[in-house]
Amino acid sequence: MIMKKLMLGNAAVARGAYEAGVRVVSSYPGTPSTEITEEIAKYDEIYCEWAPNEKVALEVAIGASFAGARAMSCMKHVGLNVAADPLYTASYTGVGGGLVVCVADDQGMHSSQNEQDSRLVAISSKIPMLEPADSEECKIFTQKAFELSEKYDTPILIRLSTRISHSQSLVQEGERENVELKDYVKDTAKYVMMPAMAMKRHHYVERRLDDMRKLAEDCEFNVVEKKDSKIGVISAGIAYQYAKEVFPDASFLKLGMINPLPTQLILDFAKSVEKVYVIEELEPVIENHCKVLGIDVIGKDILSNIGEFSVAQIREAVFGEKADTIKIEEPMPNRPPVMCAGCPHRGTFYVLKKLGLRVSGDIGCYTLGALAPLSSMDMCVCMGASIGMAHGMEKARGSEFARKTVAVIGDSTFIHSGITGLVDIVYNKGTSTVIILDNSITGMTGHQHNPATGFTIKGEPTKGVDLVKLCSAIGIDRVTVIDPFNIKKFEQVLREETEVDEPSVIIAQRPCALLKDVKHGKPLEINENCKVCKACMKIGCPAISVIDGKVEIDKSLCVGCALCVRVCRFNAIGAGGAKDD
Amino acid sequence: MTNIMIVGVGGQGTLLASRILGAAAIANGYDVKVSEVHGMSQRGGSVVTYVKYGDKVYSPIVGEGEADIILAFEQLEAYRYANYLKKGGKMLVNIQKTNPMPVITGAAEYPKDIIEKMRQKGADIIDVDAFSLACEAGNAKTVNVVLIGVLAARSNIEKDIWLSALEDTVPPKFLEVNKKAFELGYNL
Ligand SMILES: Cc1ncc(C[n+]2csc(CCOP(=O)(O)OP(=O)(O)O)c2C)c(N)n1
Repeated sequence: MIMKKLMLGNAAVARGAYEAGVRVVSSYPGTPSTEITEEIAKYDEIYCEWAPNEKVALEVAIGASFAGARAMSCMKHVGLNVAADPLYTASYTGVGGGLVVCVADDQGMHSSQNEQDSRLVAISSKIPMLEPADSEECKIFTQKAFELSEKYDTPILIRLSTRISHSQSLVQEGERENVELKDYVKDTAKYVMMPAMAMKRHHYVERRLDDMRKLAEDCEFNVVEKKDSKIGVISAGIAYQYAKEVFPDASFLKLGMINPLPTQLILDFAKSVEKVYVIEELEPVIENHCKVLGIDVIGKDILSNIGEFSVAQIREAVFGEKADTIKIEEPMPNRPPVMCAGCPHRGTFYVLKKLGLRVSGDIGCYTLGALAPLSSMDMCVCMGASIGMAHGMEKARGSEFARKTVAVIGDSTFIHSGITGLVDIVYNKGTSTVIILDNSITGMTGHQHNPATGFTIKGEPTKGVDLVKLCSAIGIDRVTVIDPFNIKKFEQVLREETEVDEPSVIIAQRPCALLKDVKHGKPLEINENCKVCKACMKIGCPAISVIDGKVEIDKSLCVGCALCVRVCRFNAIGAGGAKDD
Repeated sequence: MTNIMIVGVGGQGTLLASRILGAAAIANGYDVKVSEVHGMSQRGGSVVTYVKYGDKVYSPIVGEGEADIILAFEQLEAYRYANYLKKGGKMLVNIQKTNPMPVITGAAEYPKDIIEKMRQKGADIIDVDAFSLACEAGNAKTVNVVLIGVLAARSNIEKDIWLSALEDTVPPKFLEVNKKAFELGYNL
């Protein structure tokens, strides 16, 4: 008997790429897409890397494709914005070896700063897009994507979403296909995109889209499931799974290829049923297509374009039925994510708060510094933005304002897109202070190596970027490296660097507390010296709380980092780390 | 179809619990979907994983009023998701409490007598001191497997299948202590 395996959607995409003979995969991590590339890294037959950002990642994949290999790049939805420049023109060049770009949307913003709908990028870049609805389809669609890419000379987008990427369902594994490298052919008319050549390729792209439209009419992934003809439902991806539970008896048109959308298939389906519902999360992409075709559909008039759906929500919108449940009226405290016990960022934000600085923030675990009690981040937009925004604030309000402002940015984020911001500050005579939070890993997305850590995705040692040398090469004359848990010294350095009339960089260096080789002390204890002054509560450590009027340390959470020992004025916290400043 | 929700605090090991459960369900021949949480909320936030099994599973998510069993690793999280329990469903609640940040900072209070209040609303609850049992098994980190044991004893899947799912999911180094933890939960 052949056993099916329970697999994450992300792992199934990796499996599909493996079986399709992919040779080169370059990605940048981002929830919910990260595990695709981590799974790829387990296959020795595939060359795989973390690139510094999504743009580079896609460019690497494009180069590999031009060179004749099947190649893939994976990212989250906002990563596709970073990679948009190469993406839009790769649509014109087409491919050598099959080229697949896998993008994971995050409806509901489980781990993101916005919830844009990547289908719109597929439409505007004129790149075909497939959308699987479970792990098995993740595997099959990925395999097929490589084939379509080569057949139609186009990159193919695969759209996932959090609930597809991070749900496990059953997958049938197969063998790896032996796909030879194609010959490398110099073809300037196809690969050198300057106006004269690109114009011809644009004509090609439009013809290709017409061909793909024909394909969409009888693509094996666009399936009619004929049942009762009272209600017809058109849906795709995760929304299809919800809809199947809401409408068990309805006829379905399940779309696996969502760009371009079929026309006749939809018209015929609509004609075969009395009433058509379009069930799709976020933007009304399928719905608008139906409306252009003159089909009367029910969709966003009853369902939201914000957040993710649930079966209950759709059921209520369509049938007005509400689930009969236990109702708890008592208000409940939220449980927002927090910096872990022992997190190095806690020292930095404790000092930032103490000095009352304005903080131009960035994306990573340290964004949690915006929440109480540290509450020390004023803005956060996208990766790398902290540095440019700090510079912009200075140019808007002058250098006096800049003295009370700093930018904070993680090591991975700095490499991703902070470097160019720093270049701008130096080039245009800014005086901002930038703090690079170097915790020796990409923390937020679950511990990926990056160019500053000195290790590759496979854990092999490599040259790490020397952040000090890099900053001074850019033209920063004041670079200080300091341990953020050394809070007295950190405060002193911060005061000095914000005062000076030139740009400076502070590298706050201390490894993530969750890294395997970080040694922890024993859990700490409050002793009889405690005056319940609650100074230790200001660091926002999840292990410290006041219970029945007494400060207590939760032993199951405390890692003995001793930051609390450093802020205690009464020597009331014992054992574990020592004071050394 | 059986709908199970595992709720807790990021870092408590709910992911492993859902994987053991998923493995047991496929070994029993069911169609299975397990929906996990990765990323931001793993940092000490409120986490929910869903495990659904039966002849054919569509949505990987369990909705309000749909859970046959809620396995709660922490009291407040049990309370937060109580409205997901189906009429006649069961809640298995670890009595451990972990203060969330708004309670730590004093902006909110941790609700009192949670289990009592949920019982009054008609929830069928089994409360478990999983932390003590995990310590008894020899490792405080086996709270998740103790709770899986409690769940297993109330499931429609045979004990042998659970044990082999445990073997397939847990690193060999920790298998013995986890088996002990499972038994303590199972025999509760
Ligand atoms: C364009 C883009 N790509 C990826 C992400 C996902 N993401 C958020 S923060 C982050 C990196 C965090 O690492 P680092 O800057 O080192 O900070 P840490 O979390 O370690 O504190 C990533 C990859 C994103 N938000 N935007």
